[in-house]
Amino acid sequence: MNQSGAQPIPFSRSSSPALGRDVILSARGVVVGFGTKMVLENLDLDVYRGEVLGFVGGSGQGKSVLMRTILGLTPMKDGSISVFGKDLGEASAEERTAIERRWGVLFQQGALFSSLTVRQNVQFPMREHLKLSQRLQDELALLKIEMVGLPRDAAEKYPSELSGGMIKRAALARSLALDPDLVFLDEPTSGLDPIGAAEFDQLIYKLKETLGLTVYMVTHDLDSLHTVCDRIAVLAERKVLVTGTIDDMMHYDHPWVKEYFRGARALRRA
Amino acid sequence: MDLQVQTDAPLLEVVSAGDGQAVKVSGRWTILTANIAETLMQGLPAKCSLRHVIIDMGNVKQLDTAGAWLLHRMRADLEFAGRFVELQNVDSRYYELFAEIEKHNPRVPPTKRPRPSLVALFERTGELTVEVYRDALAICHILGSLAMVIAWAVTSPRRMRAISIAVQFDKSCIGAVPIVMLMSFLIGAIIAQQGGFYLKQFGADIFVVDLAGILVLREIGVILTAIMVAGRSGSAFTAELGSMKMREEIDALNVIGLRVTEVLILPRLLALMLSLPVLVFLANIAALFGAGLVCWWYLGIPPAAFLTQLQIAIDVETLMVGVVKAPFMALIIGLIACVEGMKVSGSAESLGLHTTMSVVKAIFLVIVVDGVFAMFFASIGI
Repeated sequence: MNQSGAQPIPFSRSSSPALGRDVILSARGVVVGFGTKMVLENLDLDVYRGEVLGFVGGSGQGKSVLMRTILGLTPMKDGSISVFGKDLGEASAEERTAIERRWGVLFQQGALFSSLTVRQNVQFPMREHLKLSQRLQDELALLKIEMVGLPRDAAEKYPSELSGGMIKRAALARSLALDPDLVFLDEPTSGLDPIGAAEFDQLIYKLKETLGLTVYMVTHDLDSLHTVCDRIAVLAERKVLVTGTIDDMMHYDHPWVKEYFRGARALRRA
Repeated sequence: MDLQVQTDAPLLEVVSAGDGQAVKVSGRWTILTANIAETLMQGLPAKCSLRHVIIDMGNVKQLDTAGAWLLHRMRADLEFAGRFVELQNVDSRYYELFAEIEKHNPRVPPTKRPRPSLVALFERTGELTVEVYRDALAICHILGSLAMVIAWAVTSPRRMRAISIAVQFDKSCIGAVPIVMLMSFLIGAIIAQQGGFYLKQFGADIFVVDLAGILVLREIGVILTAIMVAGRSGSAFTAELGSMKMREEIDALNVIGLRVTEVLILPRLLALMLSLPVLVFLANIAALFGAGLVCWWYLGIPPAAFLTQLQIAIDVETLMVGVVKAPFMALIIGLIACVEGMKVSGSAESLGLHTTMSVVKAIFLVIVVDGVFAMFFASIGI
């Protein structure tokens, strides 16, 4: 607590996923299906406070379905999901709103409100949930917009006037509007050029360090998995097959995991 | 500060410390409490009258970007007022956050708000005039393309896109039959009932048949069907074209080397021009059927008498006066819908706006066109 103890220590966080860490999101026995086709069966997952969890899986394996299920956008047939220690199935409407205030979501296509400017998009959650003065709202929105690396003049632009990378950044700024504890990112670097993608990875890392965010990131980007993710979870065979660090993935024996982390494309990056 | 607040609420306390003053910051400084914190900060430079001010953050329980920004702003305000500010007891985990905040300067530039004035009124009027001109130009463009494609179609019938026209015909005609017929049936019944109620007082019940027959065939059948189609198919055309424009599908068509007017607009226009006369004819039958039923039950005119009187009252010309207007109304509805659809820009709001405009303009013009036809028929004596 004193300035003399000057080592900047990160939040209660260690680099290895040790036992007894604060679980911020946990899913138990989640079953999701459409009609008779099961997408997820008996799925368990833990996300620890302060980590960046990279979530990988083949296309159509249900990564987005799981994220949408956690967010309550897709109903589940069985199982329980608790966020911030609260079971979402049993939470009252007020508790649910309180939880929703503490998480932010970056959708794959950005999902910015097309009739609002970037600044209004970022202010929207503040305006709806909190009673802040207009001046403070403007200042905080511009702060967030600058923090995600957008130029200032982008604040007054409409989403249709932005490039793909700028839309991702603006959407990230909106997801950070209420200073969430947990951020869901759905393929944040897809569609960005390698430089933009690397910048975005650095941005996520920087925000995690400064804001103490927990990040749940669905991604296909091997570079992101190597550089920013503390832990990786693999979705295959309708459940979370394995979780662990990138080194664990390199040694895991499963055809899909092998192909993904040690296939031609993966090896070429080294 | 003698403000009674709960323990976790943000708090500022000014105490004297050594040769200066200390501002003791405590509680949770997060976005949830930012409105309280901002009120606390008001007038702080006035309270700290001494030159040397220490901001003591030892008791801050929680800090996020909003709180850090407010503290940063407080420091900046004090320094602006000429104080020498020193931060103390900053928890090491907030170093990075403060360092990040210091890099940015989100001061909001004052926004210009346009004041209402006479000039603005003229400007708006001018803009609207130009817009009307552009609309007219776009309509002429589509009409010209229509003529060209029909001319081409004479040489190579493949260009007519028969399948596309059939699909659109199915949507705009077959799909509309039940609702159009039900609506016309009710309107026919209502006209007969209302007319009958008054004509009965003069013993002229039988002339209800003339009233309903002529009114329905010449005016009501075609105009109500056109309004229904404008609301149903016109809005659908605008929304379809508009969302295709938003998702760059129109651009894709252009790049592939196809003309939007030829691929998307003409099949819709031609299908609508074919379907509206059919719908009008069906609507007329339904309305006359409704009128006949009311005449039978309410006025006691048996069906045989109704038909006999109807044959005296109307002829094929009466029917044609109504039906001949239908393709023109269809053309108006289709043109307006397509022009509005192509004007949609990036946002969902603009899609909604242009769909509304499409229906409003189409219905208005349908009525105008009907008036023009009424004058025309009157002058040629039909």
